[in-house]
Amino acid sequence: MLYRETGQFKTTYSADMAMLPLRQDRIALGALLVFAFVGIPLLAHFAVWPFGNEYLLRAILLPFLILSLAAIGVNILIGYCGQISLGSGAFMAIGAYMAYKFGTGMPEIGLPALPVLPSILLGGVCSAIVGVLFGIPSLRIKGLYLAVATLAAQFFFDWLFLRVKWFTNYAPSGSVSAPELNVFGWVVDEPIERYLFCLAFVVFFAFVAKNLVRGAIGRQWMAIRDMDIAAELMGIRPFFAKLSAFAVSSFMVGVAGALWAFVYLGAWEPLAFSIDRSLQLLFMVIIGGLGSILGSFLGAGFILMVPIFLNVVPSELGVPLSTETISHLEFIIFGSLICFLLIKEPHGFARLVSLAKEKLRLWPFPY
Amino acid sequence: MSSNTVMPVAPAAGSTAASTQPAEASGLAVAAARAAGGAGSREDRARRTGEVILSVENVSLSFGGVRAISDVSFDIRKGEIRAIIGPNGAGKTSMLNVINGFYFPQQGVITFKGEKRREMRPYFAASSGISRTFQNVALFKGMSTLDNMMAGRTLKMQRGILWQALRFGPAVNEEMRHREVVEKLIDFLEIQHIRKVPVGKLPYGLQKRVELGRALAMEPELLLLDEPMAGMNLEEKEDMSRFIITINQHLGTTIALIEHDMGVVMDLSDRVVVLEYGRKIADGTPDQVKADPKVIDAYLGVSH
Amino acid sequence: MSGLSFAIPGGIGAVLAGLMFVLLRGDRRSVVDTIVHVALAAVTAVFLGYLASRAIDNPGGFLEILVGGLLSGVLYSLVALGFVLIFKASGVFNYAQGAMVLVAGLALVRSLDYLTGLGVANIVAIPLAILFSGAVMALCAFVIEKWVLRPLLNQDGLTLFMSTIGATFVLEGLAQMVFGSGVYPLRLFPTDAWILGEGMFPGGILVNKLDVWGGLIAAILVVALAAFFQYTKTGRALRAVADDHAAAQSVGIPISWIWFIVWLVAGIVALVAATVWGTKLGVQFSIVFLALKALPVLIIGGFTSVPGAIVGGLIVGAGEKLAEIYLGELIGGGIEYWFAYVLALAVLLVRPQGLYGEKIIERI
Repeated sequence: MLYRETGQFKTTYSADMAMLPLRQDRIALGALLVFAFVGIPLLAHFAVWPFGNEYLLRAILLPFLILSLAAIGVNILIGYCGQISLGSGAFMAIGAYMAYKFGTGMPEIGLPALPVLPSILLGGVCSAIVGVLFGIPSLRIKGLYLAVATLAAQFFFDWLFLRVKWFTNYAPSGSVSAPELNVFGWVVDEPIERYLFCLAFVVFFAFVAKNLVRGAIGRQWMAIRDMDIAAELMGIRPFFAKLSAFAVSSFMVGVAGALWAFVYLGAWEPLAFSIDRSLQLLFMVIIGGLGSILGSFLGAGFILMVPIFLNVVPSELGVPLSTETISHLEFIIFGSLICFLLIKEPHGFARLVSLAKEKLRLWPFPY
Repeated sequence: MSSNTVMPVAPAAGSTAASTQPAEASGLAVAAARAAGGAGSREDRARRTGEVILSVENVSLSFGGVRAISDVSFDIRKGEIRAIIGPNGAGKTSMLNVINGFYFPQQGVITFKGEKRREMRPYFAASSGISRTFQNVALFKGMSTLDNMMAGRTLKMQRGILWQALRFGPAVNEEMRHREVVEKLIDFLEIQHIRKVPVGKLPYGLQKRVELGRALAMEPELLLLDEPMAGMNLEEKEDMSRFIITINQHLGTTIALIEHDMGVVMDLSDRVVVLEYGRKIADGTPDQVKADPKVIDAYLGVSH
Repeated sequence: MSGLSFAIPGGIGAVLAGLMFVLLRGDRRSVVDTIVHVALAAVTAVFLGYLASRAIDNPGGFLEILVGGLLSGVLYSLVALGFVLIFKASGVFNYAQGAMVLVAGLALVRSLDYLTGLGVANIVAIPLAILFSGAVMALCAFVIEKWVLRPLLNQDGLTLFMSTIGATFVLEGLAQMVFGSGVYPLRLFPTDAWILGEGMFPGGILVNKLDVWGGLIAAILVVALAAFFQYTKTGRALRAVADDHAAAQSVGIPISWIWFIVWLVAGIVALVAATVWGTKLGVQFSIVFLALKALPVLIIGGFTSVPGAIVGGLIVGAGEKLAEIYLGELIGGGIEYWFAYVLALAVLLVRPQGLYGEKIIERI
C-alpha cells in the first residue's frame, strides 16, 4: 500500500525523466545513503553489533564497495554496450600499478610523487587509454572474437607487471605496497576511514554511470549493443560509441583497481588481478543483471557472500569443510548459477527486483 | 502528461519544402484527397518536385561472384514518393543499402544534394539527411519506444560526455528540448501508450510504427522505407499509408519506398523504378510502368 | 652479427610484410585501418628479419626450436579441433573445451592409478581406464546438452558462450572434488628424444619422441574425423545441423541426439589431447590454461575450419617458441604466456575471419 504512484503527477518532461520518478524510491535511496555515510560510521563508533566488528568493514564491506565499482565499469562495457571483455582484471591492474607509479613518483621523467587522490584518478586515466587501444579491434570484430582480443590484454599485462621491474620500482619480490593514504591531511587508516573513502568514490561514480547510461551517450551504447548496423545507419558512429564505452568502462575499472590495491590490499602482487578476477567480475554482472547499475551492486554482493556463507554455515552446522572443498564448491555453485540464470532470468537479480517492485505497486491485487 | 495535439510536427529545423505546402494539405484530408482525385494532385506535385535530390548513376554491386546490382541508374526528385519495385531478389534492398552507405558499390556514382561520391558512408549518409526503416524490423530491442526515438536524435545532440556525466545544466536542457520533438512525433504516430515499453515486447505492427518514428526523429530529407507494410493487415496498411502521405505532404520529406503491395505502390508513388535480377527494366509514372510489357513479363512470366 | 647477415633477412622480412600490406589493400576502409596495417607490417618486417638473421647465425639451433615448436603446436591443434567441431555443429563457442581436457585427463589418470593399485596389469588397465574416461566424457556431453544447451536453444552466441563459462566452472569444481586436485603423472608414451641430422649441424637436432607421437595421433584423429563427417549417416546429419539447425530439425534430424554426439566427439578429442598433454606435463589444473590457447589458434585459423585449426596450431606453436627463445633474450622471458593472444589480436585486425574462414557478409 505504501508503494504507490497515485497522486504523484508529473507536469514536466524533466520530472518524467528523473533518475527515480517515484517519490518512494527517492526516499529509500536517500535513507540508504544516509545510513551508509552516517549510520554505519556511528554504529561502528559505538561498536553496535555487527558493525563493531572490524571484520565486517574490512573483509566484507570494503571489497563489496570496490568490486561494485569495478562491476559497474564492466557492466557499462558488456551490459550497456554489448562488447564482451574477459580482460577486466588487466585494467584493474593497470589502474593499480599506474596509481602506484604516480603515487611514488617517476624520477626518470622528472615527475615527483603525487598525492593519493590524483594518483588514483590518473591510474584510472591510464587504464582508460589502454582500454581505448584494446577497444580498437572492436571496430572490426564482434562478440566472441572480441572476447579473445581482450584475453590478449589480460595475459599481456599479467606478464608485463610481473616481468618489467620498472612498474614495481624494482622490488626484488615483485610485491609492492601502497603509499600512505593521505587526503588533504586526512590519513585514511582505520577500517571505518577506509570504508568512507571508498564509499565516496563508489557513490560518486555510480551516479556518474547512471547519468551516462540514461543520457544520449547511454542510448548510443545500447543502440550499438542491440543492433549495431541499424545504429550506424542512423548516424551513431560506432567508433565514438564503442571507444567511449571502452574508455569510461576501463576508467572505472582502473579506479577500482587502484582502490583495491591502495585501500583494500595495501600490498599486492600481479596475481591479485589475474584472469580469475576478470571472470569474477563477469559473473558479477551476469548474476546481478546485464545493463543495470543496481545489478552491479547486487552481483558483487552475492559473489562475495557465497564463499563467506560456505565458510560459516557448514561449520555452524557441525560439518566443517576443508578450504579446498569450499573453493571447489564455490566453482560448482557459481558455474551452475550462471547457467541457471542465463536460462531462467537472463537479466539477473536486477530484473527480479524490478519484478518485485511491479508486484508491490499492484499489491494486494494480482494485476 | 499526454497533450492532445493531433496534428504535429513542425520540426525545429523545418525544411523549406514544408513551408511551401498548400494550406489545405492537412492530415486525413490529404489521404482522402489523394485517394479521390489522384491525377490532379500528382500534376500539382510534379510542378513542385523538379529538382533532383539524389541520383544513382551506373551503379554495380557484387558479392564475390554474385551480381546483386548491375549498371542501374535512376534519380529521386525532391518532395516526391519514389517506389522501387521488383520480384524477390531483384536487388531492391541492396539498392537501399548502397544509397545509405552500408554496401560499397564496385562501380557507379551517387550524387546526393549535389555532392558526388563513389560510395556513401553510413555516417555521412545519416548526417546529410538520409534515414531509413528496415525490411526485418531493426529496432533496439532492449530499449523503450521513447529511447529508440531519442536515439534517432543522436546527430542533433551536441553536449559532451562530461556534461552528460553530471547531467546538469545544458545537458538536461538539451535532453528536454529533444524530448519535446520526440513527444510530438509520438502523438503523430499515435503511440503514446507504449512510450515506456521495451520495443522487444511490442507486436509487429507497432514495431514498424516505432521504427518509422525513429527514422522521422532524425528529421530526414530523404526517407528510405524498406517494405513498410510487409506482414500487415488491411487496417494497418491504411494507417501506414496515411502516415506516409502525411509525412510526404506535410513535412515535405522525400520518400523512397520498397513495397510488394502493388495497390499501395500505385496509389502512393509519383514515380516507380522496376528492378529485375539487379537490372533496371522500367522507370516512370505508375501508369507508364503498369503498361510496360517488360514489367508485365517480369511479374506474370513470359510465354515462349 | 655482421651487417650483411641482418640486411638480407631484414629485406626479406620487409618484402613479406609489404606483400601482406598490398594484399590487404581491399580491407582498408578508413584511416584507422591504414595506420593499423602500416604498424603491423612494420612489426612483422622487423620480427621476421630478426628471426631470419638468427636462423642464419645458427641454423641447427633454429631448426630445433622450429621443429619443437611445430610439434608442440600440434597439441594446441588437438584442443582447437574440439572447439571447431562444436562450433560448426551448434554455433556454440565452447569455453569449456579446456575444462573437458582436464576432466578427461583426471578421469584417465586416476582410474589408471586405481587399477594399477589393485594389481591389474597395464595391458588391461589402460584400455579399461580409457573406456572409463570415455564414459565420463559421454556423461559430460549428456548433462551439458540436456541442462545447458537445450534450454538455451535459439539464444544468441554470447549467451551460449557465457553459459559454457558457467559449465567450465562446474566441470573444474566437480572434477577436482571427485578426482583430486594434485599433479598426477601419466606415462602412456615415451618421453625421451631422438637426435637427428648430426652430420649436418653441430650437435644435431633434438626431437622429443612424445611430440612426434602427438603429431601422429593428431593426424590419425583428423583423418578419422574427416571420414566420420563425410561417409557416415550421422556425419551427414551433423553437417546439416551445422548449416541450419531449424531446417535440419524440420526434415526429421533429431537435433538433441546430434548435439550429444558432437559433444561426445569433442569429449573424445579432449581425451586424446589429455593423454598426450598429461604425459608431457602431468595431469593438473594448469592444463586448463594451456587449453585456453586453443582460442587464439582458432582466431588465427578461422572458427569453422578443421585445416585452420591445424595450421593455426602450428603457427602458434612455432611462433611462440621462436619468440620465447629469440625475443626473450631481448625483453625478458615468459613471452610464451601471451604471444599467442597478441598474434591472434594482430590477425583479427587484418583478417577478422581468420586464415581459412569465409568472409562475413553482413545483411540487414
